[in-house]
Amino acid sequence: MISNLDYTTLQQLWWIITSIVGALFLFLTFVQGGQTLLWQVAKTDLEKTLVVTSLGRKWEMPFTTLVLFGGALFAAFPLFYATSFGGAYWVWILILFSFIIQAVSYEYRKKPNNFLGATVYELFLFINGSVGILLIGAAVGTFYTGSNFTLDLYNKVTWDYTLLGINLRGLEAAFSLFNLSLGIFLVFNARVLGALYLLNSIDLSATPNLESRLRKNAWNSFLIALPFLLYVVISILFMKGFGVDEAGMVSLVSSKYLSNLLAMPHLLIMLLAGIVLVLYGVLATSFKASNKGIWFSGLGTVLVGLVVLCLPAFNGTAFYPSKLDLQSSLTIYNASSSMYTLTTMTYVAIGIPFVLAYVVYVWKLMDSKKLTKEEVTNEESY
Amino acid sequence: MMDIDLSMVNWARAQFAFTAMYHWIFVPLTLGLSFLCAFFETIYVRTGDKEWRAITKFWMTLFGINFAIGVATGIILEFQFGTNWSNYSWIVGDIFGAPLAIEGIFAFFLEATFFAVMFFGWNRVSKKFHLFSTWMVAIGSNLSAVWILVANGWMQNPVGMAFNPETARFEMQSFFDVVFNPVAVSKFVHTSSSGFLFGSLFVLTISSWYLLRGKHLQMAKRSIIVASVFGLLSSSFVAFTGDESAYEVAQKQPMKLAAIEGLYKGETKAGLVAAGILRRDKQPGDGQDPFLIKIKIPFMLSLLANRSFSSFVPGIDDLVYGNEEQNIESTASKIAKGKKAINDLALFKQARKENDNQKAEVFLSKFTKNQEYMGYGYLNKPEEAVPPVAIPYYAFHIMVALGTLFPVLFAAFLFFSLKGSLTRQKWLLPIGLISGLLGLIAQESGWVVAEVGRQPWAINGLLPVKVATTNLTATNVQITFFMFFGLFTLLLAAEITIMLKQIAIGPEGGPSK
Repeated sequence: MISNLDYTTLQQLWWIITSIVGALFLFLTFVQGGQTLLWQVAKTDLEKTLVVTSLGRKWEMPFTTLVLFGGALFAAFPLFYATSFGGAYWVWILILFSFIIQAVSYEYRKKPNNFLGATVYELFLFINGSVGILLIGAAVGTFYTGSNFTLDLYNKVTWDYTLLGINLRGLEAAFSLFNLSLGIFLVFNARVLGALYLLNSIDLSATPNLESRLRKNAWNSFLIALPFLLYVVISILFMKGFGVDEAGMVSLVSSKYLSNLLAMPHLLIMLLAGIVLVLYGVLATSFKASNKGIWFSGLGTVLVGLVVLCLPAFNGTAFYPSKLDLQSSLTIYNASSSMYTLTTMTYVAIGIPFVLAYVVYVWKLMDSKKLTKEEVTNEESY
Repeated sequence: MMDIDLSMVNWARAQFAFTAMYHWIFVPLTLGLSFLCAFFETIYVRTGDKEWRAITKFWMTLFGINFAIGVATGIILEFQFGTNWSNYSWIVGDIFGAPLAIEGIFAFFLEATFFAVMFFGWNRVSKKFHLFSTWMVAIGSNLSAVWILVANGWMQNPVGMAFNPETARFEMQSFFDVVFNPVAVSKFVHTSSSGFLFGSLFVLTISSWYLLRGKHLQMAKRSIIVASVFGLLSSSFVAFTGDESAYEVAQKQPMKLAAIEGLYKGETKAGLVAAGILRRDKQPGDGQDPFLIKIKIPFMLSLLANRSFSSFVPGIDDLVYGNEEQNIESTASKIAKGKKAINDLALFKQARKENDNQKAEVFLSKFTKNQEYMGYGYLNKPEEAVPPVAIPYYAFHIMVALGTLFPVLFAAFLFFSLKGSLTRQKWLLPIGLISGLLGLIAQESGWVVAEVGRQPWAINGLLPVKVATTNLTATNVQITFFMFFGLFTLLLAAEITIMLKQIAIGPEGGPSK
């Protein structure tokens, strides 16, 4: 069956697969959100150990998903990979930097003779959760606002945005109100998810203060995230978008994303359902003392993430537009791998459900008992 | 496209070399130690002996410290292809991206999922499931090596693809040719077994330290027995697969073989240089003897390269200036053809842009005649096709010398362990103590042989490194170079101090004598 898929279907399928990976990453940023909450919600050593250990058992999940997101883009949309990573150089370098410092921090924070001291590792975790996620939001924002590049006949990228005589190479993405708002929304949404995850994962009977701080922070973070989300959604509905006509010519089209939403009503439904689910998770946590909010808000985040990534890619839209030269803009059709490679990768993708299945199985197995005070004091902890 | 900022290329080269060699400090240890942990835990589960559990947990602690920095230094490598080598990413992404994505799907998730069980699952899952998880981490780590070496093997020997003039990139034609590329296969078996060897040396080093200090004797002795058996088997396998690797190099990358042997003038019945010092001012084609002094084993290079004592092994001069007798084309002739190909491709692209299809077809057929030489068209002179000989030459000889020593070392440790007199071998334990460092030197030398020996090519014979870069000023790459240099050095310092402290603490709950 896979060998019969036509090129267009394969290109669309791979954008959807990549978007699912990206959306799952956004759910998993509860780890990053939790990292930024550490200093606010955990005041005693025990509380800190509980929070860090609980997050530490999951930190590799968003990390690995981000790596897979990059790998999937490389394999399926190499022109995007080359253009964005090579072009928007600094935004990606700083994101990477924030993940490098995260990767050692859990393991090294509490180890004796750790050279930098626990506070530095906690600061690393905070930078990863704040700057890292903010810049990821800014980078995704450029799917809507566009970037400053041109491609030559050989698809070699030239990036041109100078401020005070310096070519910013992608850092300018963080100076757009829209991109910045998306980034801030993601940071605070991650904090909401982080609080909900910790409420679900830790046995809080020994630490009632931790519980009340987590509930309060979930609600406060949500209140901060909300206006940014609204600003992003309203902007998307009314902004000009980068439409592609049948001859492949790119032009600015009024209310392009609104018309995309109307043309693809399932995305509209997913968006609304996603927002409702996020909201329900938060409300149930704050007002009904539920500890299961993470599953609702998490699923909601996945749905919203899918819409954010699919909306600028389908219905004749350029997902990585160039403001400098509209015709250099990337679509999922001109940026993709060959038909052969996409077909091969689709066979490979049959394995993904199996991977997901064992990840979920082991997750359930490991989280069947809540993390207790006894466990972190008597056994392994971070 | 011909306007190339050489200093940017060299900074990007330096950044890749630096980050890859840094990453390579930790990866082979992960490959080997993950299996050793699985062996230790298997013995614990089978015997139920608590001492084996303590042994397992001790080595796992060190494994975890190493694993974290391995992950940290690894993420930059995947994304560096995009940031510093975006032209490469576009031109070969259709082939090169697939193994990286597959590595993510099948290897990294296995590691990430079961790593948490391995460390925190002792009382959360059954004993058997815990053991299973430890094995999965080992298998996951080694699966990741499979895919990254498929990618690397393809750079050394590009197969299973064709150049598409319409898109001006290489596109995959056969996934199985890419995966079962003989260079990739020999690279994987050689590299993973060298990781097993290195993991075993690491265990030997720390256990020798305990024996010399008279601490944790039982744990040290038991660890040494397992590590010596594993090390002896894997070091024999390393030698065998190393021979296979050298054969593949001779067949697919004759220039690399000539460089690692310091062979300038090709020979029939060629001898293998066992040891020798290169003349520093030696240049291709200058007729000087490349060696100040050397010891040669007759016939062995011909045997190694072509599986025949009497075969001809081309030298650097033959490959650069050609050898009619042996039917070897000169690099100058390849460069001339390559320049034609580049020119015809440009005219073809221009004609396509102007929708002049008739003209396009004419240039396309001209291009096709010379397209296999296109990469050579970017070289400025024939001598540019020669890698910096001394670096891969010495690296290769250091690697081989150490690789010959290791099986003997493991055999000695195993022999005296079984005789029960290991602690009395005061001459052997200090060698064991430094063996980990020697292993690290051999590991890094191997990387240098493979990657410096590949120069000037990113994709052997097809794409020179200097045209693979991103259009970026050198300043950007300099800044990121020093950012990574500073950060990685800080992290390495932390890793070493933590590791030393954990070694000083020793196994938890185990008897100290």
